[in-house]
Amino acid sequence: MSVAIEQILVQTVNGLVNGMILALVASGLTLIFGIMDVVNFAHGDLVMLGGFVGATTMAATGNFWLALLVAAVVIAVFGAALQISTLRPLLGRDPLTTILATFGVSLVLQKYALWQWGPSARNLQEPITGRFDLFYLQYPWYRVATAVLAGAMIGALWLFLKRGTYGIWIRATTQDRIMAAAMGIPVPWVHTAVFAIGAAMAAASGVLFGPLGGVTQTMGADFTLRAFIVVVVGGMGNLGGSILASIFISLLEAYASLFVSPAQAVIVSFVALILTLLFRPTGLFVPTPK
Amino acid sequence: MLSLTDVHTYYGKSHILHGVSLEVGPGEVVGLLGRNGVGKSTTLKSVMGLARPANGRVTFEGRDITGLAPHHLARIGIAWVPEDRRIFRLLTVLENLRTGLDRTGVDDARRDALLEKVYRTFPVLRERRHQAGGTLSGGEQQMLAIARAMVLEPRIILLDEPTEGLMPRMVSQIRDIVDVLHREGVAILLVEQNVPLTLAVSNRIYIMEKGVVRHQAPAAALRADPTVIHQYLGV
Amino acid sequence: MKPGSNRAFWVGFGVVLSLLVIAPMVLPPFWGRFATEILIWGLLAMSSDILIGYTGMVSFGHSAFFGLGMYGAAAALLTVKPPNLWLAVLYGLVGAGAVAIFVAYFSTRLRDIYFSITTLVFSQIFYVIIFTWTDVTGGENGLTFRQPGLGLPGLGSVAFTPALLHWFVLAVVTLSYLLLRRVTQSPFGMVLQSIRENEPRTRAIGYAVERYKIVAVMLSGLFAGLAGVLYALQNKFAAPDFVFFIVSGEVVIFNVMGGVGTLVGPVAGAAFFLLLREGLSRYFEYYLIPVGIIFTLMVIFLPQGFLGFLRRRLNQ
Repeated sequence: MSVAIEQILVQTVNGLVNGMILALVASGLTLIFGIMDVVNFAHGDLVMLGGFVGATTMAATGNFWLALLVAAVVIAVFGAALQISTLRPLLGRDPLTTILATFGVSLVLQKYALWQWGPSARNLQEPITGRFDLFYLQYPWYRVATAVLAGAMIGALWLFLKRGTYGIWIRATTQDRIMAAAMGIPVPWVHTAVFAIGAAMAAASGVLFGPLGGVTQTMGADFTLRAFIVVVVGGMGNLGGSILASIFISLLEAYASLFVSPAQAVIVSFVALILTLLFRPTGLFVPTPK
Repeated sequence: MLSLTDVHTYYGKSHILHGVSLEVGPGEVVGLLGRNGVGKSTTLKSVMGLARPANGRVTFEGRDITGLAPHHLARIGIAWVPEDRRIFRLLTVLENLRTGLDRTGVDDARRDALLEKVYRTFPVLRERRHQAGGTLSGGEQQMLAIARAMVLEPRIILLDEPTEGLMPRMVSQIRDIVDVLHREGVAILLVEQNVPLTLAVSNRIYIMEKGVVRHQAPAAALRADPTVIHQYLGV
Repeated sequence: MKPGSNRAFWVGFGVVLSLLVIAPMVLPPFWGRFATEILIWGLLAMSSDILIGYTGMVSFGHSAFFGLGMYGAAAALLTVKPPNLWLAVLYGLVGAGAVAIFVAYFSTRLRDIYFSITTLVFSQIFYVIIFTWTDVTGGENGLTFRQPGLGLPGLGSVAFTPALLHWFVLAVVTLSYLLLRRVTQSPFGMVLQSIRENEPRTRAIGYAVERYKIVAVMLSGLFAGLAGVLYALQNKFAAPDFVFFIVSGEVVIFNVMGGVGTLVGPVAGAAFFLLLREGLSRYFEYYLIPVGIIFTLMVIFLPQGFLGFLRRRLNQ
């Protein structure tokens, strides 16, 4: 089957858009892992909850941007509460336990969402309508806006981390939480704050994704799996790596879906994960394997 | 000011401290000597809340701080310079210092003054202030670790083997710094293997063996007659 | 184990076994089938316990073993006429075994989280393949087939009644349990537990940790596949839903709630969970919310599960 160059270019754009949304989710996940060694199985469900909260807010107010803000704030607070109640007691226990605990949380969140919002998908209206000509397609402006917004949020996170006292606290705690505590940095609260930030970013992704694919109860599992793959391929705890990996994996999937169905295209990311684990287990985008 | 009373500490199942008791008075320099593995670092970690004492008490300025979470200690005036220095390798020298400088209750003027003071004491840190901590040499990292403790404006500094792995020239620099801190009224609990240095700077010295304090004496007495030291340390 | 508690164990075992034997005769049909199903999930949970409880490797891939056991049996029952029970078992075990080889290979290269994530990914790979390869696997709808008879070579074959099937399943599960119990109490089992406690030290002592892990995974995978075969036999269909990683998750829940590292615990966990689902779902459709909360709380506060908790109480 021959593939026209335009199709490849369109898929490149699609891959970039999906990659940026995934990067927003994965950044939170890798940040959380880097600082407190927690593999948050429920991360995708935070995306899902954010989407639902956003959908409800939008239905009530009609304003997409307000929905985005409300979802991020609500889920951030929820994330903080979650971390304090279930993850703090587990600090220092083996990683198996945190995987199981966050798995349990994931289960509860999924069923709770099913209960509160029902099994059918919620759709969000695009805040920016209109299309432009992209080769043979009428490409929605909203998709481009999503990528730009996600990029802006990640950029804001980057700036926050690199400058300012709290950024220093977070980076110090990530590198050596014991010494950070000895310097007077309130490590337990830094953990909570980072979890809340990760949750907020996940929620934002959920709302941004809403107009593209609808919000369903099962989307959480899908996002969690992909975010995991990206975080491992990018190097666990490596923020830049997970962003690059998100784009890389999304591009691969986009190109693959030129040849196979989207349901099968996802195998490409599985293969990427397995190859990474076999040959460069510290991550494809990590400069030197430690 | 700081006192440990009959502290027992475990690492998992290993019983490391078997009832350690010692004291540091305000402004005193107290040395803690002993062979490798007797529990000197563990003693400091027991104060810092990094190794929770199973029995016994740690008090600071009259307040019971046994098992207090480590992030509270800097605020009440206890600073720690660990034996592997533990510089934040990916943070710059300045950012390392800021982990201690950026505290509540410290206005900009005081921060700048503290920073200036540290740069004057350790000029090389001013030079390298935008370099990543991990790129510094061993001696420079030790200076950074001490500087980091100094900017906390502590009442007492727990110094764990500051001269380990350093060249003789740096060792005498450490000695000078301890003198400077002492003159400013900061108390120091110095854990060391370097006996001559410890004898020179301390007011009093404790000697540990197998998890307990075996001997204590004024440094002057030990300077005059070091037989006890040879006995315990085989030096 | 003290001789007194040993005897108490066998007495208890005998009691439970007798109850299970008479179950199909005294329970109404629905609950009779339910008892059979509990046994099957119990076998799956036991197989998972070998990895989670004894070797310390959390696998989210048991749905793959289970699913391939199921589809393997389906393959035998659909392609070979007349449908033969033992061929179905063989095909199922081969299918599960093939997956187990893959997982075993990875288990020796990866630790902890990486291993768990990889097993999860494997489940999903097989799910996607089964879901989309509609020609061979029936895709979303799965495969249906007829139940074979219980045939013994030379003696002819007898059609399964629910009771006969129940006893067959009971026999298989009981034998599996006894076998697994022997294994976990053998020197081999001790090494597995030592790997769970402290892998570097076990390696330092001189054990070829990789080989032990491979055997553990194969063992675990084969028994999980066997459970899949039994499930196919009972229900006469194979569906991709069972390969989805959520099933693996449920198995992990059985393990934790019942008590990891006990073999019986996970079976009890499976029974408890399934009964809970049956009971609660009539009143509260979203029963998984309180169950999930209980599970999470148990992970945090009662990591040894119910059985472990009871055991510690009884030992005092």
